[in-house]
Amino acid sequence: MKLVERAVKAFDERTGLITALRQVALHPIPPGTGWSYVFGSAVMIALIIQVVTGTALAMGYVSSAGEAYQALQFITNNAFMGNFLRGMHFFGASAMVLLLGIHMTQVFVMGCYKYPRELNWITGVALLILVVAIGFTGQLLRWDQVAVWAVVVAAEQASRVPILGASVARFILGGDTIGAQTLSRFFALHVFFIPGLIFAFVGIHLLLVLHDGISEPPVLGEKVDPKTYLGRYHKLLAERGVPFWPDAAWRDVVFGFAVVVAIALLALFVGAPRLGEPPNPSLLAQDPAPDWYLLWYYAALALIPHGLTAPFIVLAPLLGILIVLVVPPLWNRGERHPLKRPWAVAATIIVWLMVGTLWLEGIKAPWSPRFEAKPLPVSVVGVASGPVYRGAVLFHDKGCEFCHAVAGYGGARGPDLSTIGDDLTRDEITIRILNGGYNMPAYAAILRPDELSDIVAFLQSRSIKRLSPAQQQAMAAH
Amino acid sequence: MANESRPAAEAGEQLSPERRVFLARLSMVLAAIGALIVAIPVVGFILGPLFEKFPRVWRRVGALNDFKVGETVKVDFLDPSPLAWAGVAAKTAAWLRRTGEGSFVAFTLHCTHLGCPVRWIATADLFLCPCHGGVFYADGSVAAGPPPRPLPGVPVRVRDGQVEILASAVPLSRWRSR
Repeated sequence: MKLVERAVKAFDERTGLITALRQVALHPIPPGTGWSYVFGSAVMIALIIQVVTGTALAMGYVSSAGEAYQALQFITNNAFMGNFLRGMHFFGASAMVLLLGIHMTQVFVMGCYKYPRELNWITGVALLILVVAIGFTGQLLRWDQVAVWAVVVAAEQASRVPILGASVARFILGGDTIGAQTLSRFFALHVFFIPGLIFAFVGIHLLLVLHDGISEPPVLGEKVDPKTYLGRYHKLLAERGVPFWPDAAWRDVVFGFAVVVAIALLALFVGAPRLGEPPNPSLLAQDPAPDWYLLWYYAALALIPHGLTAPFIVLAPLLGILIVLVVPPLWNRGERHPLKRPWAVAATIIVWLMVGTLWLEGIKAPWSPRFEAKPLPVSVVGVASGPVYRGAVLFHDKGCEFCHAVAGYGGARGPDLSTIGDDLTRDEITIRILNGGYNMPAYAAILRPDELSDIVAFLQSRSIKRLSPAQQQAMAAH
Repeated sequence: MANESRPAAEAGEQLSPERRVFLARLSMVLAAIGALIVAIPVVGFILGPLFEKFPRVWRRVGALNDFKVGETVKVDFLDPSPLAWAGVAAKTAAWLRRTGEGSFVAFTLHCTHLGCPVRWIATADLFLCPCHGGVFYADGSVAAGPPPRPLPGVPVRVRDGQVEILASAVPLSRWRSR
């Protein structure tokens, strides 16, 4: 035992590492920090999981555009615990984004970013951007058809940037087209460049945490004044401070353990994201939607007025980052308690509601045509011949059913037409079909007069009054 | 020897202020030049695709008689500059329509909204985008939804009874093909 002690002492004499670690572990923190302070360390734990699982996955991954897909299939289907590892890497990334969002919310709502911790907020925002970037590049490394088309979507968005757009898009593609250079460059970004930046910013972030100290829980009426704050804070630490280890760190360990277990359970029972079709850009059966943490933004692009797409793509991310980066540090003094900062609380709720609502819409994606829609069954149409039946067939063949639902069959892009016969006259239906609308093509040049007549007859028959009991039953059942 | 070198070392510690400034500046300049020597090829390689010239190549997509007049079909071909290790990622495609005896029109796959792959619905004579519901007519003009521009056309020609398509860059917004 004495030999070990002497060895540790000798090591510390030569490196100072043990002393430095002890100082970090035992540095005093304010009293009363509770469970709301655990999210920052939880993000760190998720990051460590990503580094460890990512390093292991890199041993099986081949960053060659022609072989990455097969390598991933091997990792997923053949390699020992490969699918579990992929699942942990995916849910680790998801945990990182989610926990980072919660951590930033807690810091913002409790005013922890105020003097003297403004720089820590700024490094945190930089880390959020880097985490989203590493998440997106990670999705592309799946190198299936969704990944390939997601690169095109990213390049298309980048190309809208004034002046630099073409260069940025070319940089993303690694040339003029998707190809061999695209994947190897994204691989380098995902495993070297962005992690390097993340490590640098995490280092600065932690250094600042130690330098400025963990913020004390906000107290009603106790305002931050740069002239007096540091004196008051250090007095608090001297009089009532507690060592970080183990007084507060035990909560970080308990919550961090729960995060690890949750990620492992999700990897085990939900599994890694399914690999799509091979990365062949000539195949088209894909909707290249991003992973869940960018789905809300993807939904916003579908819902904004059509003419505003380009300015939205360029300005919305820039403005969003600028506001989050600059506004909190500018309001770096005054009240910290959320009860005295109703606008800050309201802004936080609005942001979460907006992202949540868009995310839910993104999952449903009502704007996407339902290509898989099958022709309406006779039980819904009501007849097996004649103009109404022919109209129902045309309703499917001409693509109407991809966007409109009847009795629960079909898409949700346009209004549900299950009872359109009760709402519109024959002429009104005809005018709408021929002229189209904001999201509907004009069918004047597509339909023959007899086809138009049949479709109108079918739509007129969609009336709750005219449905037979059997049809009403079929409609209700679906 | 050791004793002889000691006075020189001690003398070295007594640098004049001017010499200190000079040596500090020299160190910084050398460090900066050293960093530049390393950084120039690194940055150059990373930004390489911005300076590379990518060709435009005519690709054969089938014999003239393989295509029926009035029919729109997807034709697959290799991108203009496939590298050996690109695998299936080097493949691309276009929508090709035979409009007359020897005349064709071709459109890119890419929706002008966000670049997603549009699908041709033959029974409806429409191109539909799966991402955000963009719709184009058979002539590529915008029919509905968010696309800001018609589907970009792709040059197509007939040579020696073979239909050829000009393989070039992905047609991104504000990005004129070279």
